[in-house]
Amino acid sequence: MRVLRFRAAAAALLLAGGLAACGDAGSDTEGRDVQAEEVDASKFEEGSRMAEIAEAGTINVGVKYDQPGLGFKGAGDDIPSGFDVEIAKILIADLGIDPSDTSKVNWVETISDNREPFLQSGKVDLVLASYSITDDRRKVVGQTGPYFITGQQVLVPADSDVESIDDLKGEEVCSVTGSTSIDRINEAGAKGVGYDSYSECVQKVLDGTVSAMSTDGSILAGFAAQNEGELKVVGDEFSEERIGVGYSQDEPEMCEWINGVLSEAFDDGSWAEAFELTLGPSGVETPEPPALDDCPA
Amino acid sequence: MAVLDNFDLYLRAFGYTFFLFVVAGLLSLLLGTVLVAMRVGPIAVLRWAATTYVTLARNTPLVIVFAFFSFAAPVLGITFNWLDVHIGRFDFTAFFGAAVVSLTLYTSSFVCEALRSGVNAVPLGQAEAARAIGLPFGGVMTQVVLPQAFRASIPPLASVQIALIKNTSVAAVFGVAEATAQMRAFTNDFASERTAIFIAFALGYIVIVELFSALSLLLERRYRAAAA
Repeated sequence: MRVLRFRAAAAALLLAGGLAACGDAGSDTEGRDVQAEEVDASKFEEGSRMAEIAEAGTINVGVKYDQPGLGFKGAGDDIPSGFDVEIAKILIADLGIDPSDTSKVNWVETISDNREPFLQSGKVDLVLASYSITDDRRKVVGQTGPYFITGQQVLVPADSDVESIDDLKGEEVCSVTGSTSIDRINEAGAKGVGYDSYSECVQKVLDGTVSAMSTDGSILAGFAAQNEGELKVVGDEFSEERIGVGYSQDEPEMCEWINGVLSEAFDDGSWAEAFELTLGPSGVETPEPPALDDCPA
Repeated sequence: MAVLDNFDLYLRAFGYTFFLFVVAGLLSLLLGTVLVAMRVGPIAVLRWAATTYVTLARNTPLVIVFAFFSFAAPVLGITFNWLDVHIGRFDFTAFFGAAVVSLTLYTSSFVCEALRSGVNAVPLGQAEAARAIGLPFGGVMTQVVLPQAFRASIPPLASVQIALIKNTSVAAVFGVAEATAQMRAFTNDFASERTAIFIAFALGYIVIVELFSALSLLLERRYRAAAA
Protein backbone atom coordinates (compact mmCIF):
# COMPACT_ATOMS: atom_id res chain seq x y z
CA MET A 1 0.00 0.00 0.00
CA ARG A 2 2.75 2.41 1.01
CA VAL A 3 4.69 1.66 -2.12
CA LEU A 4 1.58 2.01 -4.24
CA ARG A 5 0.80 5.39 -2.76
CA PHE A 6 4.35 6.51 -3.24
CA ARG A 7 4.20 5.42 -6.85
CA ALA A 8 0.96 7.24 -7.36
CA ALA A 9 2.52 10.35 -5.87
CA ALA A 10 5.57 10.01 -8.07
CA ALA A 11 3.33 9.58 -11.09
CA ALA A 12 1.38 12.66 -10.15
CA LEU A 13 4.60 14.63 -9.83
CA LEU A 14 5.82 13.46 -13.21
CA LEU A 15 2.52 14.39 -14.74
CA ALA A 16 2.75 17.83 -13.20
CA GLY A 17 6.23 18.25 -14.61
CA GLY A 18 4.84 17.53 -18.02
CA LEU A 19 7.18 14.58 -18.39
CA ALA A 20 4.34 12.18 -18.84
CA ALA A 21 2.36 14.28 -21.27
CA CYS A 22 -0.81 12.43 -21.97
CA GLY A 23 -3.77 13.19 -24.14
CA ASP A 24 -5.69 10.40 -25.74
CA ALA A 25 -8.41 12.65 -27.02
CA GLY A 26 -7.55 13.77 -30.48
CA SER A 27 -3.90 12.78 -30.37
CA ASP A 28 -4.37 9.25 -31.65
CA THR A 29 -5.73 10.44 -34.97
CA GLU A 30 -3.43 11.19 -37.84
CA GLY A 31 -5.46 14.17 -38.96
CA ARG A 32 -6.81 14.82 -42.42
CA ASP A 33 -4.59 14.33 -45.41
CA VAL A 34 -4.52 17.78 -46.99
CA GLN A 35 -2.86 18.11 -50.38
CA ALA A 36 -1.04 21.25 -51.40
CA GLU A 37 -2.80 23.14 -54.18
CA GLU A 38 -1.13 24.17 -57.42
CA VAL A 39 -0.41 27.87 -57.21
CA ASP A 40 0.46 29.86 -60.32
CA ALA A 41 1.88 33.37 -60.26
CA SER A 42 -1.46 35.05 -60.91
CA LYS A 43 -3.30 33.56 -57.92
CA PHE A 44 -2.12 36.16 -55.41
CA GLU A 45 -1.64 39.83 -56.07
CA GLU A 46 1.98 40.72 -56.59
CA GLY A 47 3.65 42.10 -53.47
CA SER A 48 1.01 40.64 -51.14
CA ARG A 49 2.15 38.63 -48.15
CA MET A 50 0.43 35.51 -49.54
CA ALA A 51 2.44 35.80 -52.78
CA GLU A 52 5.62 36.18 -50.72
CA ILE A 53 4.89 33.10 -48.65
CA ALA A 54 3.85 31.05 -51.68
CA GLU A 55 7.05 32.14 -53.44
CA ALA A 56 9.28 31.30 -50.46
CA GLY A 57 7.46 28.01 -49.92
CA THR A 58 7.81 28.16 -46.15
CA ILE A 59 5.44 29.39 -43.44
CA ASN A 60 5.48 29.79 -39.65
CA VAL A 61 2.24 28.93 -37.90
CA GLY A 62 1.51 29.42 -34.20
CA VAL A 63 -0.68 26.80 -32.53
CA LYS A 64 -1.27 25.49 -29.00
CA TYR A 65 0.52 22.34 -27.93
CA ASP A 66 -1.45 21.50 -24.80
CA GLN A 67 -5.12 21.40 -25.71
CA PRO A 68 -6.31 17.95 -26.74
CA GLY A 69 -8.74 18.20 -29.65
CA LEU A 70 -7.76 21.78 -30.61
CA GLY A 71 -3.99 22.05 -30.70
CA PHE A 72 -1.95 19.28 -29.13
CA LYS A 73 1.53 17.92 -29.67
CA GLY A 74 2.64 14.76 -27.92
CA ALA A 75 6.30 14.12 -27.10
CA GLY A 76 6.79 11.86 -30.12
CA ASP A 77 4.66 13.74 -32.67
CA ASP A 78 6.16 15.58 -35.64
CA ILE A 79 3.03 17.58 -36.37
CA PRO A 80 0.56 18.83 -33.77
CA SER A 81 -3.03 17.65 -34.03
CA GLY A 82 -6.45 19.12 -33.38
CA PHE A 83 -9.10 21.30 -34.96
CA ASP A 84 -7.00 24.50 -34.97
CA VAL A 85 -4.22 22.58 -36.71
CA GLU A 86 -6.62 21.13 -39.31
CA ILE A 87 -7.85 24.63 -40.21
CA ALA A 88 -4.23 25.79 -40.40
CA LYS A 89 -3.47 22.92 -42.79
CA ILE A 90 -6.28 24.03 -45.12
CA LEU A 91 -4.86 27.58 -45.16
CA ILE A 92 -1.30 26.34 -45.73
CA ALA A 93 -2.36 24.07 -48.59
CA ASP A 94 -4.03 27.01 -50.32
CA LEU A 95 -0.63 28.69 -50.50
CA GLY A 96 0.76 25.71 -52.37
CA ILE A 97 2.74 24.40 -49.39
CA ASP A 98 2.55 20.77 -48.31
CA PRO A 99 1.16 20.88 -44.73
CA SER A 100 2.75 17.54 -43.81
CA ASP A 101 6.27 18.67 -44.77
CA THR A 102 7.88 19.90 -41.56
CA SER A 103 10.79 21.40 -43.48
CA LYS A 104 8.31 23.79 -45.15
CA VAL A 105 5.86 24.35 -42.33
CA ASN A 106 7.33 25.52 -39.07
CA TRP A 107 4.81 24.79 -36.29
CA VAL A 108 5.53 27.16 -33.40
CA GLU A 109 4.03 26.76 -29.96
CA THR A 110 2.17 29.92 -29.02
CA ILE A 111 0.91 30.13 -25.46
CA SER A 112 -1.82 32.61 -24.55
CA ASP A 113 0.73 35.20 -23.46
CA ASN A 114 2.87 35.40 -26.58
CA ARG A 115 0.36 35.29 -29.43
CA GLU A 116 0.32 39.05 -30.02
CA PRO A 117 4.09 39.56 -29.61
CA PHE A 118 4.81 36.69 -32.02
CA LEU A 119 2.50 38.18 -34.65
CA GLN A 120 3.81 41.70 -34.16
CA SER A 121 7.45 40.65 -34.43
CA GLY A 122 6.76 38.47 -37.46
CA LYS A 123 7.89 35.32 -35.68
CA VAL A 124 4.75 33.64 -36.97
CA ASP A 125 2.65 34.41 -40.06
CA LEU A 126 -0.59 33.00 -38.71
CA VAL A 127 -1.92 32.15 -35.26
CA LEU A 128 -4.54 29.45 -34.82
CA ALA A 129 -4.32 28.84 -31.08
CA SER A 130 -7.87 28.85 -29.66
CA TYR A 131 -7.55 32.56 -30.27
CA SER A 132 -10.72 34.39 -29.15
CA ILE A 133 -11.55 37.45 -31.22
CA THR A 134 -11.72 40.55 -28.99
CA ASP A 135 -11.83 44.27 -29.71
CA ASP A 136 -8.75 44.90 -27.63
CA ARG A 137 -6.68 42.32 -29.49
CA ARG A 138 -7.81 43.82 -32.78
CA LYS A 139 -6.06 47.03 -31.73
CA VAL A 140 -2.66 45.34 -32.01
CA VAL A 141 -3.09 42.38 -34.38
CA GLY A 142 -5.40 41.34 -37.18
CA GLN A 143 -8.05 38.75 -36.33
CA THR A 144 -10.60 37.26 -38.65
CA GLY A 145 -13.07 34.42 -38.68
CA PRO A 146 -14.50 33.01 -36.53
CA TYR A 147 -14.06 29.46 -37.73
CA PHE A 148 -15.40 28.08 -34.49
CA ILE A 149 -17.70 29.30 -31.73
CA THR A 150 -17.43 27.78 -28.31
CA GLY A 151 -18.55 28.56 -24.79
CA GLN A 152 -17.49 27.85 -21.29
CA GLN A 153 -18.90 24.92 -19.31
CA VAL A 154 -18.04 23.21 -16.02
CA LEU A 155 -16.17 19.95 -15.39
CA VAL A 156 -16.96 18.21 -12.09
CA PRO A 157 -16.43 14.77 -10.53
CA ALA A 158 -18.93 12.20 -11.80
CA ASP A 159 -20.68 12.02 -8.40
CA SER A 160 -20.99 15.80 -7.94
CA ASP A 161 -24.36 17.54 -7.42
CA VAL A 162 -23.20 20.66 -9.25
CA GLU A 163 -25.40 21.33 -12.27
CA SER A 164 -24.04 24.63 -13.58
CA ILE A 165 -21.72 27.52 -12.77
CA ASP A 166 -24.57 29.05 -10.70
CA ASP A 167 -24.15 26.27 -8.13
CA LEU A 168 -20.54 27.33 -7.60
CA LYS A 169 -20.99 30.92 -6.37
CA GLY A 170 -18.28 31.79 -3.84
CA GLU A 171 -16.48 28.50 -4.44
CA GLU A 172 -13.08 27.97 -5.97
CA VAL A 173 -13.05 26.90 -9.60
CA CYS A 174 -9.83 26.04 -11.40
CA SER A 175 -8.69 27.34 -14.78
CA VAL A 176 -5.51 28.60 -16.44
CA THR A 177 -3.75 31.62 -14.88
CA GLY A 178 -4.45 34.79 -16.83
CA SER A 179 -6.91 33.19 -19.25
CA THR A 180 -10.22 34.60 -20.42
CA SER A 181 -11.87 31.57 -18.80
CA ILE A 182 -10.75 32.65 -15.34
CA ASP A 183 -12.26 36.14 -15.90
CA ARG A 184 -15.58 34.57 -16.83
CA ILE A 185 -15.48 32.38 -13.70
CA ASN A 186 -15.01 35.47 -11.54
CA GLU A 187 -17.76 37.33 -13.40
CA ALA A 188 -20.11 34.41 -12.73
CA GLY A 189 -19.58 34.83 -8.98
CA ALA A 190 -17.20 31.93 -8.39
CA LYS A 191 -13.55 32.35 -7.40
CA GLY A 192 -11.08 31.49 -10.11
CA VAL A 193 -7.86 29.79 -9.06
CA GLY A 194 -5.16 29.59 -11.70
CA TYR A 195 -2.81 26.83 -12.75
CA ASP A 196 -0.40 26.61 -15.64
CA SER A 197 -2.37 24.17 -17.78
CA TYR A 198 -5.80 22.58 -17.99
CA SER A 199 -4.41 19.12 -17.25
CA GLU A 200 -3.15 20.42 -13.90
CA CYS A 201 -6.65 21.67 -13.11
CA VAL A 202 -7.97 18.20 -13.92
CA GLN A 203 -5.58 16.87 -11.24
CA LYS A 204 -6.94 19.36 -8.69
CA VAL A 205 -10.53 18.33 -9.47
CA LEU A 206 -9.60 14.65 -9.19
CA ASP A 207 -7.82 15.09 -5.83
CA GLY A 208 -10.71 17.15 -4.46
CA THR A 209 -8.88 20.43 -3.76
CA VAL A 210 -11.42 22.21 -5.97
CA SER A 211 -14.94 21.07 -6.72
CA ALA A 212 -14.88 22.10 -10.38
CA MET A 213 -12.90 23.50 -13.26
CA SER A 214 -14.15 25.55 -16.18
CA THR A 215 -13.12 26.52 -19.68
CA ASP A 216 -14.36 25.97 -23.25
CA GLY A 217 -16.70 23.01 -23.49
CA SER A 218 -14.70 21.47 -26.32
CA ILE A 219 -11.60 21.26 -24.12
CA LEU A 220 -13.53 19.87 -21.15
CA ALA A 221 -15.15 17.20 -23.32
CA GLY A 222 -11.68 15.91 -24.16
CA PHE A 223 -10.75 15.60 -20.48
CA ALA A 224 -14.08 13.98 -19.58
CA ALA A 225 -13.41 11.40 -22.30
CA GLN A 226 -9.90 10.80 -20.90
CA ASN A 227 -11.26 10.22 -17.38
CA GLU A 228 -14.48 8.41 -18.22
CA GLY A 229 -16.54 7.56 -15.15
CA GLU A 230 -14.62 9.99 -12.95
CA LEU A 231 -15.43 13.37 -14.50
CA LYS A 232 -18.40 14.85 -16.32
CA VAL A 233 -19.20 18.09 -18.16
CA VAL A 234 -22.28 19.92 -16.84
CA GLY A 235 -24.31 23.07 -17.45
CA ASP A 236 -25.09 25.23 -20.43
CA GLU A 237 -22.41 27.34 -22.04
CA PHE A 238 -22.26 30.57 -20.03
CA SER A 239 -20.00 32.54 -22.34
CA GLU A 240 -19.36 32.81 -26.05
CA GLU A 241 -15.84 32.71 -27.44
CA ARG A 242 -15.39 33.36 -31.13
CA ILE A 243 -12.25 31.53 -32.20
CA GLY A 244 -10.49 33.18 -35.13
CA VAL A 245 -7.27 33.35 -37.10
CA GLY A 246 -4.61 35.89 -36.10
CA TYR A 247 -2.40 37.69 -38.63
CA SER A 248 -0.17 40.76 -38.54
CA GLN A 249 -1.70 44.20 -38.92
CA ASP A 250 1.12 45.02 -41.34
CA GLU A 251 -0.44 42.58 -43.79
CA PRO A 252 -4.14 43.48 -43.95
CA GLU A 253 -4.46 41.69 -47.32
CA MET A 254 -4.31 38.40 -45.41
CA CYS A 255 -7.82 38.94 -44.06
CA GLU A 256 -9.72 38.59 -47.36
CA TRP A 257 -7.62 35.59 -48.27
CA ILE A 258 -8.26 33.84 -44.91
CA ASN A 259 -12.00 34.51 -45.14
CA GLY A 260 -12.02 33.21 -48.71
CA VAL A 261 -10.30 29.96 -47.79
CA LEU A 262 -12.51 29.53 -44.71
CA SER A 263 -15.78 29.98 -46.59
CA GLU A 264 -14.55 27.55 -49.22
CA ALA A 265 -13.83 25.03 -46.45
CA PHE A 266 -17.28 25.64 -44.95
CA ASP A 267 -18.91 24.96 -48.34
CA ASP A 268 -16.98 21.94 -49.56
CA GLY A 269 -17.35 20.04 -46.28
CA SER A 270 -13.67 19.97 -45.35
CA TRP A 271 -14.43 22.15 -42.30
CA ALA A 272 -17.06 19.70 -41.05
CA GLU A 273 -14.78 16.76 -41.78
CA ALA A 274 -11.96 18.34 -39.75
CA PHE A 275 -14.38 18.98 -36.89
CA GLU A 276 -15.66 15.40 -36.77
CA LEU A 277 -12.14 14.02 -36.86
CA THR A 278 -10.76 16.15 -34.04
CA LEU A 279 -13.59 17.19 -31.71
CA GLY A 280 -16.10 14.51 -32.73
CA PRO A 281 -14.49 11.67 -30.72
CA SER A 282 -14.99 13.49 -27.41
CA GLY A 283 -18.71 13.80 -28.07
CA VAL A 284 -19.06 17.33 -29.46
CA GLU A 285 -21.66 17.45 -32.23
CA THR A 286 -20.63 19.17 -35.45
CA PRO A 287 -22.41 22.53 -35.56
CA GLU A 288 -23.29 24.73 -38.52
CA PRO A 289 -20.29 26.75 -39.73
CA PRO A 290 -20.27 30.20 -38.10
CA ALA A 291 -20.79 33.47 -40.01
CA LEU A 292 -17.53 35.21 -40.86
CA ASP A 293 -16.74 38.79 -39.84
CA ASP A 294 -16.17 41.34 -42.60
CA CYS A 295 -12.62 42.43 -43.17
CA PRO A 296 -11.76 45.99 -42.12
CA ALA A 297 -11.94 48.21 -45.18
CA MET B 1 -5.12 52.75 -18.67
CA ALA B 2 -5.99 49.19 -17.78
CA VAL B 3 -4.10 49.02 -14.48
CA LEU B 4 -5.42 52.35 -13.20
CA ASP B 5 -8.98 51.48 -14.22
CA ASN B 6 -8.69 48.24 -12.27
CA PHE B 7 -6.51 49.52 -9.48
CA ASP B 8 -8.47 47.59 -6.83
CA LEU B 9 -7.52 44.34 -8.56
CA TYR B 10 -3.90 45.50 -8.74
CA LEU B 11 -3.80 46.26 -5.02
CA ARG B 12 -5.54 43.04 -4.09
CA ALA B 13 -3.04 41.03 -6.15
CA PHE B 14 -0.08 42.71 -4.48
CA GLY B 15 -1.89 42.13 -1.18
CA TYR B 16 -1.62 38.39 -1.79
CA THR B 17 2.06 38.81 -2.73
CA PHE B 18 2.62 40.72 0.50
CA PHE B 19 0.83 38.17 2.69
CA LEU B 20 2.69 35.27 1.08
CA PHE B 21 5.95 37.10 1.80
CA VAL B 22 5.15 38.06 5.40
CA VAL B 23 3.87 34.65 6.48
CA ALA B 24 6.50 32.62 4.64
CA GLY B 25 9.19 35.14 5.63
CA LEU B 26 8.49 34.89 9.37
CA LEU B 27 8.09 31.12 9.29
CA SER B 28 11.31 30.68 7.30
CA LEU B 29 13.24 32.85 9.79
CA LEU B 30 11.91 30.68 12.60
CA LEU B 31 12.62 27.36 10.91
CA GLY B 32 15.98 28.61 9.63
CA THR B 33 17.04 29.53 13.17
CA VAL B 34 16.10 26.08 14.46
CA LEU B 35 18.01 24.52 11.56
CA VAL B 36 21.17 26.52 12.21
CA ALA B 37 21.05 25.63 15.91
CA MET B 38 20.84 21.97 14.87
CA ARG B 39 23.69 22.38 12.41
CA VAL B 40 26.15 23.91 14.86
CA GLY B 41 24.87 21.95 17.86
CA PRO B 42 26.57 19.09 19.72
CA ILE B 43 24.14 16.30 18.76
CA ALA B 44 25.42 14.41 15.71
CA VAL B 45 22.02 13.10 14.58
CA LEU B 46 20.48 16.59 14.55
CA ARG B 47 23.54 18.00 12.82
CA TRP B 48 23.25 15.35 10.18
CA ALA B 49 19.49 15.84 9.79
CA ALA B 50 19.79 19.62 9.38
CA THR B 51 22.64 19.29 6.89
CA THR B 52 20.65 16.79 4.84
CA TYR B 53 17.60 19.01 4.91
CA VAL B 54 19.53 22.07 3.75
CA THR B 55 21.21 20.09 0.98
CA LEU B 56 17.87 18.73 -0.24
CA ALA B 57 15.79 21.90 -0.01
CA ARG B 58 18.47 24.21 -1.34
CA ASN B 59 19.26 22.02 -4.33
CA THR B 60 15.64 21.55 -5.46
CA PRO B 61 14.10 24.09 -7.86
CA LEU B 62 11.30 25.98 -6.12
CA VAL B 63 8.74 25.08 -8.78
CA ILE B 64 9.31 21.39 -8.04
CA VAL B 65 8.73 21.99 -4.33
CA PHE B 66 5.47 23.70 -5.31
CA ALA B 67 4.53 20.87 -7.66
CA PHE B 68 5.19 18.36 -4.88
CA PHE B 69 2.78 20.03 -2.46
CA SER B 70 0.26 20.65 -5.21
CA PHE B 71 0.15 17.30 -6.98
CA ALA B 72 2.07 14.60 -5.11
CA ALA B 73 1.25 15.46 -1.49
CA PRO B 74 -2.55 15.10 -1.89
CA VAL B 75 -2.02 11.56 -3.18
CA LEU B 76 0.04 10.80 -0.05
CA GLY B 77 -2.76 12.20 2.09
CA ILE B 78 -1.14 15.58 2.84
CA THR B 79 -3.69 18.27 2.02
CA PHE B 80 -4.33 21.81 3.17
CA ASN B 81 -8.08 21.65 2.70
CA TRP B 82 -8.56 22.40 6.42
CA LEU B 83 -7.31 25.93 5.81
CA ASP B 84 -10.32 28.17 5.16
CA VAL B 85 -9.81 31.72 6.44
CA HIS B 86 -11.48 34.73 4.84
CA ILE B 87 -10.40 38.23 5.82
CA GLY B 88 -12.10 41.02 3.92
CA ARG B 89 -11.51 40.43 0.22
CA PHE B 90 -8.77 37.91 0.82
CA ASP B 91 -9.27 34.15 0.86
CA PHE B 92 -6.66 32.01 2.52
CA THR B 93 -7.43 28.48 1.45
CA ALA B 94 -5.61 25.26 0.53
CA PHE B 95 -3.73 26.99 -2.31
CA PHE B 96 -2.38 29.72 -0.05
CA GLY B 97 -1.42 27.10 2.56
CA ALA B 98 0.46 24.96 0.06
CA ALA B 99 2.23 28.05 -1.29
CA VAL B 100 3.31 29.21 2.18
CA VAL B 101 4.59 25.74 3.10
CA SER B 102 6.52 25.43 -0.20
CA LEU B 103 8.06 28.89 0.14
CA THR B 104 8.89 28.37 3.83
CA LEU B 105 10.56 24.98 3.42
CA TYR B 106 12.59 26.27 0.47
CA THR B 107 13.60 29.62 1.95
CA SER B 108 14.47 28.32 5.42
CA SER B 109 17.41 26.39 3.99
CA PHE B 110 18.84 29.67 2.69
CA VAL B 111 18.06 31.40 5.99
CA CYS B 112 19.93 28.61 7.79
CA GLU B 113 23.01 29.11 5.65
CA ALA B 114 22.92 32.91 5.94
CA LEU B 115 22.71 32.57 9.72
CA ARG B 116 25.49 30.00 9.77
CA SER B 117 27.79 32.54 8.13
CA GLY B 118 26.83 34.85 11.00
CA VAL B 119 27.53 32.16 13.60
CA ASN B 120 30.96 31.59 12.05
CA ALA B 121 31.64 35.31 12.38
CA VAL B 122 31.16 35.19 16.16
CA PRO B 123 34.63 34.69 17.72
CA LEU B 124 35.04 31.22 19.18
CA GLY B 125 36.02 32.77 22.49
CA GLN B 126 32.46 34.03 22.95
CA ALA B 127 31.00 30.54 22.96
CA GLU B 128 33.85 29.24 25.12
CA ALA B 129 33.35 32.03 27.64
CA ALA B 130 29.61 31.36 27.72
CA ARG B 131 30.26 27.68 28.38
CA ALA B 132 32.84 28.59 31.03
CA ILE B 133 30.25 30.47 33.08
CA GLY B 134 28.12 27.31 33.03
CA LEU B 135 25.52 28.08 30.34
CA PRO B 136 24.04 24.98 28.68
CA PHE B 137 24.01 24.76 24.86
CA GLY B 138 20.58 26.38 24.62
CA GLY B 139 21.76 29.31 26.71
CA VAL B 140 24.99 29.67 24.75
CA MET B 141 23.00 29.89 21.54
CA THR B 142 20.10 32.12 22.61
CA GLN B 143 22.01 34.40 25.00
CA VAL B 144 25.39 34.77 23.34
CA VAL B 145 25.91 33.35 19.88
CA LEU B 146 22.63 33.87 17.96
CA PRO B 147 22.09 37.54 18.90
CA GLN B 148 25.54 38.36 17.54
CA ALA B 149 25.09 36.03 14.59
CA PHE B 150 21.82 37.75 13.61
CA ARG B 151 23.49 41.15 13.56
CA ALA B 152 26.38 39.87 11.50
CA SER B 153 24.12 38.21 8.97
CA ILE B 154 21.57 40.95 8.32
CA PRO B 155 22.82 41.73 4.78
CA PRO B 156 22.69 38.09 3.55
CA LEU B 157 19.39 37.52 5.39
CA ALA B 158 17.90 40.54 3.64
CA SER B 159 19.02 39.14 0.29
CA VAL B 160 17.34 35.82 1.09
CA GLN B 161 14.10 37.55 2.02
CA ILE B 162 14.19 39.75 -1.09
CA ALA B 163 14.58 36.60 -3.16
CA LEU B 164 11.52 35.27 -1.30
CA ILE B 165 9.47 38.35 -2.28
CA LYS B 166 10.15 37.61 -5.92
CA ASN B 167 9.78 33.85 -5.50
CA THR B 168 6.16 34.34 -4.41
CA SER B 169 5.44 34.83 -8.12
CA VAL B 170 5.73 31.06 -8.60
CA ALA B 171 2.43 30.75 -6.71
CA ALA B 172 0.74 32.40 -9.73
CA VAL B 173 0.45 29.04 -11.46
CA PHE B 174 -0.42 27.16 -8.27
CA GLY B 175 -3.78 28.71 -7.54
CA VAL B 176 -2.92 31.97 -5.76
CA ALA B 177 -4.21 35.15 -7.43
CA GLU B 178 -1.10 37.17 -6.55
CA ALA B 179 0.56 39.91 -8.58
CA THR B 180 2.04 37.81 -11.38
CA ALA B 181 -1.24 35.98 -11.92
CA GLN B 182 -3.06 39.32 -12.09
CA MET B 183 -0.48 40.64 -14.53
CA ARG B 184 -1.13 37.72 -16.82
CA ALA B 185 -4.86 38.35 -16.58
CA PHE B 186 -4.31 42.00 -17.54
CA THR B 187 -2.03 41.22 -20.49
CA ASN B 188 -4.62 38.70 -21.71
CA ASP B 189 -7.49 41.18 -21.47
CA PHE B 190 -5.64 44.29 -22.59
CA ALA B 191 -3.23 43.07 -25.23
CA SER B 192 -2.73 46.60 -26.54
CA GLU B 193 -1.31 47.87 -23.23
CA ARG B 194 1.21 45.12 -22.65
CA THR B 195 4.22 47.37 -21.98
CA ALA B 196 2.40 49.65 -19.55
CA ILE B 197 1.12 46.60 -17.65
CA PHE B 198 4.61 45.11 -17.35
CA ILE B 199 5.99 48.39 -16.04
CA ALA B 200 3.13 48.79 -13.54
CA PHE B 201 3.73 45.34 -12.08
CA ALA B 202 7.52 45.68 -12.08
CA LEU B 203 7.02 48.92 -10.12
CA GLY B 204 4.87 47.11 -7.58
CA TYR B 205 7.60 44.57 -6.89
CA ILE B 206 10.27 47.29 -6.79
CA VAL B 207 8.30 49.24 -4.19
CA ILE B 208 7.88 46.20 -1.91
CA VAL B 209 11.55 45.22 -2.26
CA GLU B 210 12.75 48.80 -1.70
CA LEU B 211 10.64 49.17 1.43
CA PHE B 212 12.09 45.95 2.75
CA SER B 213 15.66 46.96 1.83
CA ALA B 214 15.22 50.24 3.66
CA LEU B 215 14.04 48.36 6.73
CA SER B 216 17.04 46.04 6.70
CA LEU B 217 19.41 48.97 6.18
CA LEU B 218 17.87 50.68 9.19
CA LEU B 219 18.42 47.58 11.32
CA GLU B 220 21.97 47.26 10.05
CA ARG B 221 22.78 50.85 11.00
CA ARG B 222 21.20 50.53 14.41
CA TYR B 223 23.19 47.41 15.24
CA ARG B 224 26.39 48.92 13.92
CA ALA B 225 25.87 51.93 16.16
CA ALA B 226 25.13 49.64 19.10
CA ALA B 227 28.27 47.63 18.48
CA ALA B 228 30.51 50.67 18.20
